Amino acid sequence: MEGVLGILERLDRRWVFLAMALAVAGPILVMGITRKTLPETPTDASRAVFQAVQSLPRGSTVLLSFDFDPGSAGELEPMGVSMARQCALRGHKMVFISLWPLGGQMIDQTIKKVLRADFPQLQDGVDYVNLGFQAGNEQVMRVVLTDFKRAFPTTKSGRATADLPILSGIQRVGDFALLAEVSAGYPGSKEWVQYVVSASGGKLPMVSGCTGVQTPQLYPYFPGQIRGLLGAIKGAAEYESLINTWVLDPASAAEMASAGADSGVAAAIPPKYLEAQRRMGPQLGAHLLMVVLILLGNVVYLAQRRSQRRAAA
Amino acid sequence: MMRIVALAIASVAGLVMLLSPFFPAMESVGAQSSEIFNVIAAIAFILGAGSLVKVNLSRVGRRDTGWGYALVTLLCFAITLVVGLGKIGVPPNPQFAATPWAGEKDAAGSAFAWIYEFILTPITSTMFALLAFYVASAAFRAFRAKNREAILLLGTAFIVLLGRTFAGVWLTGGFPEWASGLRLENLSMFIMQVFNTAGNRAIIIGIALGVTATSLRILLGIDRSWMGAGGGSA
Amino acid sequence: MSNEHRSPAIVVWVMIVLAVAAVVGLRIGLGDGMARAYAERVEMRVTVKDVATPSGERVVEWVEWRSVSPADFSRAVRESPSQDRVQLNHANSVGLWVAALLTLAIFSFLYRDNTAYRLAEAIIIGVSAAYWGVIGVWDSIVPKLGGALAHRWTTEYILPNLPAPTTQSQIGMGVALVLGILLVLRLVPAVGGISVWTMAFIVGITAGAKIVSHVESDLLAQTVATMQPLVQPVDGGVWTVATLWASLPNVLVVIGVLCCLTYFFFSVEHKGIVGGAARIGIMYLMITFGAAFGFTVMGRVALLSQRVEFLLDDWLWLIDPLERRLVDGVSMIVGTGGVW
Repeated sequence: MEGVLGILERLDRRWVFLAMALAVAGPILVMGITRKTLPETPTDASRAVFQAVQSLPRGSTVLLSFDFDPGSAGELEPMGVSMARQCALRGHKMVFISLWPLGGQMIDQTIKKVLRADFPQLQDGVDYVNLGFQAGNEQVMRVVLTDFKRAFPTTKSGRATADLPILSGIQRVGDFALLAEVSAGYPGSKEWVQYVVSASGGKLPMVSGCTGVQTPQLYPYFPGQIRGLLGAIKGAAEYESLINTWVLDPASAAEMASAGADSGVAAAIPPKYLEAQRRMGPQLGAHLLMVVLILLGNVVYLAQRRSQRRAAA
Repeated sequence: MMRIVALAIASVAGLVMLLSPFFPAMESVGAQSSEIFNVIAAIAFILGAGSLVKVNLSRVGRRDTGWGYALVTLLCFAITLVVGLGKIGVPPNPQFAATPWAGEKDAAGSAFAWIYEFILTPITSTMFALLAFYVASAAFRAFRAKNREAILLLGTAFIVLLGRTFAGVWLTGGFPEWASGLRLENLSMFIMQVFNTAGNRAIIIGIALGVTATSLRILLGIDRSWMGAGGGSA
Repeated sequence: MSNEHRSPAIVVWVMIVLAVAAVVGLRIGLGDGMARAYAERVEMRVTVKDVATPSGERVVEWVEWRSVSPADFSRAVRESPSQDRVQLNHANSVGLWVAALLTLAIFSFLYRDNTAYRLAEAIIIGVSAAYWGVIGVWDSIVPKLGGALAHRWTTEYILPNLPAPTTQSQIGMGVALVLGILLVLRLVPAVGGISVWTMAFIVGITAGAKIVSHVESDLLAQTVATMQPLVQPVDGGVWTVATLWASLPNVLVVIGVLCCLTYFFFSVEHKGIVGGAARIGIMYLMITFGAAFGFTVMGRVALLSQRVEFLLDDWLWLIDPLERRLVDGVSMIVGTGGVW
């Protein structure tokens, strides 16, 4: 085949790589300079996560499990940040754990970015605590089913969990009001459903944020075993927009002020809480490129088939 | 003898985990077994590290092709280990200032934290980021609408790719209310909640049956492949 | 590789390096530069009990450096030009360059395999193995094994307020220590066979736990979740269009699950009704895989976005979405006229 089709047929894949790089970098540059984001329309699954945290009585103790590492932070860190932010705005207490070795550092980053920066009145050990990582994958889940502090004897900074005020009413994982889990793979949301949520007889509600690869696999658990699901960076962006809309609503200002936050009276959302929405720009570019590439590839294929049939005839 | 003891250990341990959720008296035994497992899992990290050192040392010793890279691996391993175990640059823990080794190993300003932020994170994240390029290349070279099934797959991919971005809203946002179900963003959610749920649910049920059967075979000593050479089946 | 192939490759490499150097040169020359990190000095002072001193107390003092944004540094210098509370953090500034070069080294693999990529690969293998080992030691082995079997030493030197162990936990951790040592003996070929006992424990625990969890959560719960009403009446009507649309999702899910399970059932030949159901199951699975592909793309692209953001924001200072370099409304990208 000659001409454009011939070029496409012989195209070196590195030109495709370059196209992908430009499709991602272009929107990042534009949105980074203009500081504009695309509008988001939340889906039922994201709304369910938001409602699950909103509906808890003020001051509830929430277990946040950050089961991811820097390799997936691009998708999942905005989810973790938003979950911590919404919990803090609602006055909930937060217990952070991780079943991934590098998850403890991801929790530290979130605490620094959200809680220490915007909620300095919250006290470590009283309003939130980072229990860090424990090895064992599902077996850690088996232990927390009956004795939470046995699985996490110390905090990440070395304090004994037996003495912590935030864990004073917690004997087992079922004593938490909600499990908010951010999952990059194994161990993650699936294992929490299999080993903890099912074993608790549905008494421990769970919401999950997960990577794009995991999202289709977790949909069968929604809404029966997982009450709300944030799927990939789109889910993170929808969740962010739900919280931001609520924060900017004048009716919420009084409620958040009583939780000690003053972001309810803010005229604008701090840029760090728009991270997922910013990343939807390069998503748009990349997805359009993917559609074009698939179409072009099939055009080449059909042309090849036609020329083969002509040659055979 | 060693293999018989191993089979007995596997069966007893498995039986404890199987029965402990159903008998309250066995709850603490089950939790204790899980705790032992968790500590062994942490010790397995040491095994992994030891294995890495062993393999790379032998590569360097034999001067295999690329032995220089093995040397770099060993050097980085040693530096990270010393810095981490020795808590180099770690400030005292404000809550336990008098305790010499109470500082957090990855406290801000420590060498371990520096390695995490400027070496581990960028390389790990970038390795995963490479996949985006390969997905694009694979889409161009391999995704062919050769038959009905492939057309169905590609069609669904288009709907999800467009529906989960602003492109879906821009392309079909103007559809009237009675046809709102055909808007790409709603169509993609319908696909996820109906077709994807059905397909993955069947896969999940199938896997559950398979895992249960395999686990029972292991606990009953029928499947011994996990023992390595000479294991096989009974 | 022949000389014919080597020449274009070298030309492309030179072009890539020159392009990067040009961008970096421009950024260093324009505005307030690039790739710098700043930190604020915080003086810490804690009084601790010490029976060795006459007063029974002593003061422990040290300095911590906490990361701040470049804009914070600029504001601190404007307030007081001679201040030294907020300073350039040399270690982290060098770190930004190291991180950027390692990122580019990994990306260079997209063009072709090369020394820089292999070096970065070798680095991450060594660093991550040691990193995981260190985390395993400090986060699990020391508090659990040390806390149970060497409680006095652990509380004196590492974790002061660890609760005293029970006899049961000491026995349990003793067993864990023995099994752990047997596992590590795998590295010694002469006695490595004994590690099979630890492997047996791991396999047995995992298999036993999986039976219960998978049956309860993946078999029973998913079967119950599939048992949805096939008719969802809307406003009391049964044979209405609204009821039809409301019932359709449940009908499709039930049909889909049954047909997909039929497809996976290979003990009966896929002919006749069974064959028809299996064909419908394949259609459902193709849609499932198409959706999986779409979400996989989304996931991968998000990871790439984060790395590109790092290069353009943290390293090159070409964009500033987090407003970390915005001083009185002027971006450091174009230059604020400050001292750095």
